[in-house]
Amino acid sequence: MPAECDVRIRMYAQMARSRYFEEAIKVAYLEGKQPLFNMAKGPIPGEMHLSSGQEPCAVGVCAHLRPDDTVTATHRAHHIAIAKGVALNAMAAEIFGKRDGLSGGRGGHMHLFDAGVNFCCSGIVAQGMGPAVGAALAAKLGGSDAVAVSFIGEGAANQGAFHESLNLAAVWKVPVVFVIEDNAWGISVAKRASTAIERNSDRAASYGMPGSFVADNDIDAIYAAAGEAIQRARAGGGPTLIEIETWRLEGHFMGDAEGYRPSGEVAALQTRDPLIVYRQRLAAAGVSTAELESIEGRELRAVTDALQFARKSDYPAAESAFDTVFS
Amino acid sequence: MTATTTAATARRLTIAKAMSEAIGQSMDADPKVIVLGEDIGALGGVFGTTQGLLERFGAGRVRDTPISETAFIGAAVGLAAAGMRPVVELMFVDFFGVCMDAIYNLAAKQSYFSGGHVCCPLVLMTSVGGGYGDAGQHSQCLYATFAHLPGLKVVMPSNAYDAKGLMLSAIADANPVVFMFHKALQGMGWLGTVPGSIVHVPQEMYEVPIGKAATVRPGRDITLVGLGLTVHLALQAATTLAAEGIEAEVIDLRTIAPLDHGAVAVSVAKSRRLIVVDDDYRSFGVSAEVIAGACESGVDWLAAPARITHPDVPIPYSPALEHPLLPSAAKIVELSRQLCRGGAV
Repeated sequence: MPAECDVRIRMYAQMARSRYFEEAIKVAYLEGKQPLFNMAKGPIPGEMHLSSGQEPCAVGVCAHLRPDDTVTATHRAHHIAIAKGVALNAMAAEIFGKRDGLSGGRGGHMHLFDAGVNFCCSGIVAQGMGPAVGAALAAKLGGSDAVAVSFIGEGAANQGAFHESLNLAAVWKVPVVFVIEDNAWGISVAKRASTAIERNSDRAASYGMPGSFVADNDIDAIYAAAGEAIQRARAGGGPTLIEIETWRLEGHFMGDAEGYRPSGEVAALQTRDPLIVYRQRLAAAGVSTAELESIEGRELRAVTDALQFARKSDYPAAESAFDTVFS
Repeated sequence: MTATTTAATARRLTIAKAMSEAIGQSMDADPKVIVLGEDIGALGGVFGTTQGLLERFGAGRVRDTPISETAFIGAAVGLAAAGMRPVVELMFVDFFGVCMDAIYNLAAKQSYFSGGHVCCPLVLMTSVGGGYGDAGQHSQCLYATFAHLPGLKVVMPSNAYDAKGLMLSAIADANPVVFMFHKALQGMGWLGTVPGSIVHVPQEMYEVPIGKAATVRPGRDITLVGLGLTVHLALQAATTLAAEGIEAEVIDLRTIAPLDHGAVAVSVAKSRRLIVVDDDYRSFGVSAEVIAGACESGVDWLAAPARITHPDVPIPYSPALEHPLLPSAAKIVELSRQLCRGGAV
């Protein structure tokens, strides 16, 4: 069942914001890295894992979440952070390594924390899952109906932490939803070469929890599946595993030559770009072009403002590196 | 490069190519050598350590793994016990947290707990080091974390010649060897590379012995001890110091465990001044171990031994925060001046 109209419009706006953010970051990231690509150069150093194409997973799930719900995410987390409501200006400033960033430049792109909306991410595969179980247990013990959602990639389903966390969550019957963004690639290794079964959602049965699979990167179907799981979690029904077929429109990281990827794969996925697909779907449902353009303009301005804020912010004082090692 | 190597015969390789060559030659020579790890097949390793191996030896011996370090490093221990010689890659040393049990409780203790009846000829190669803005889950060194543990040997080359020779020694060794390679030296274009790491590498197989440091620059006034990247910083500092009349001796540890305390002792007996340069965290690390060993050798110091390290702070992301924390040639020059001009302790 498609989400109601205002929810769908809000989801389109978030998808657009997320995509515009990645496109703006991509441009900024490449500054200083051309013609010779060197990861250390330019205003944004280090690895950069862009989420373009995976927006429906984040937006469709987080549309059901409140600020007091917890989200743990991955190394590829910008879309999830945005969908969870992480402060956009501070997030951009963090990625630029600036003083006004979420953590004053200490964490950067792979280590975004926003306590205001209970969001965090890390660069270690599958390691957000245990903390999500803990957040869910804390909610349960505290008598709240808040939930936790742990986003992972399909590669993480082959980590010990995946299996341990599913079991623990089921044993404790805590309000947590595990969301697999299956983009079919673990860096250069195809899912079929690394994973013994076709559908990771089938693994839910091993731990006595419901598992569902959403095909085709379809945000309305994701919204429906996540709604059911989150409602069950809030009502005390325990954990759920959701697997979403999504696509990675960029390399594993910026600078990835992607020689391992079959030729034409990315081009084929681009013809099914979820942002374009959803725009068409909303238009067909009667949303006017003027309204869509108005949303796009507003979201693009928010992103432009955030990057401008990030660029204008000062670098942190070197001595601040020694702060906050301990609380 | 030796003085007799002419430009015409020089084969200047990156560390990545030298490692790949060493593994490939070992695989040619011994069918028991196999390679396991994430993205080591078609990609040739994220850091280029297995270039061309899949094409030459096939997917049976060059095995891409799932993101399952606990399982595949554990499998490498089992392979080694069964007489194979696995070379296994842990993509970033920072990822050891998910698989340390197989490394320090299984591999490191296999020989001892079996009374020497079951050996563990395993090479664990892993990338270390920061300076490029990847923050503290992808930039750590953690030399001491591994070197602390009995039963593990730990090596790290500063150049491609040593990389090939140490890799061949590591594969031939009957024991688990952690082969660390520094990202700033690796020769991957996208990371930048210190030019001094790219040197002549002979085509034939040769070994650089594990446990032997190298004196890479002679000098009478002060001993600078480094490893991996910091060797190059020390050499750069030594050039500056020489112009001021201070002759620094530079020692490349090459092996972290077992540490070549003897080589340091010989040098400091002469120079009576010591600076250890280590890009790992400061406390309980390589710098402390080198200084302790030097003190135990009974040196009559002209100045208290000193160290330049990354401080005890998780490696931050912003270049404005990270860069000032890293060892540098300028820091070595400054501290060397203090030690050489500061008078006796």
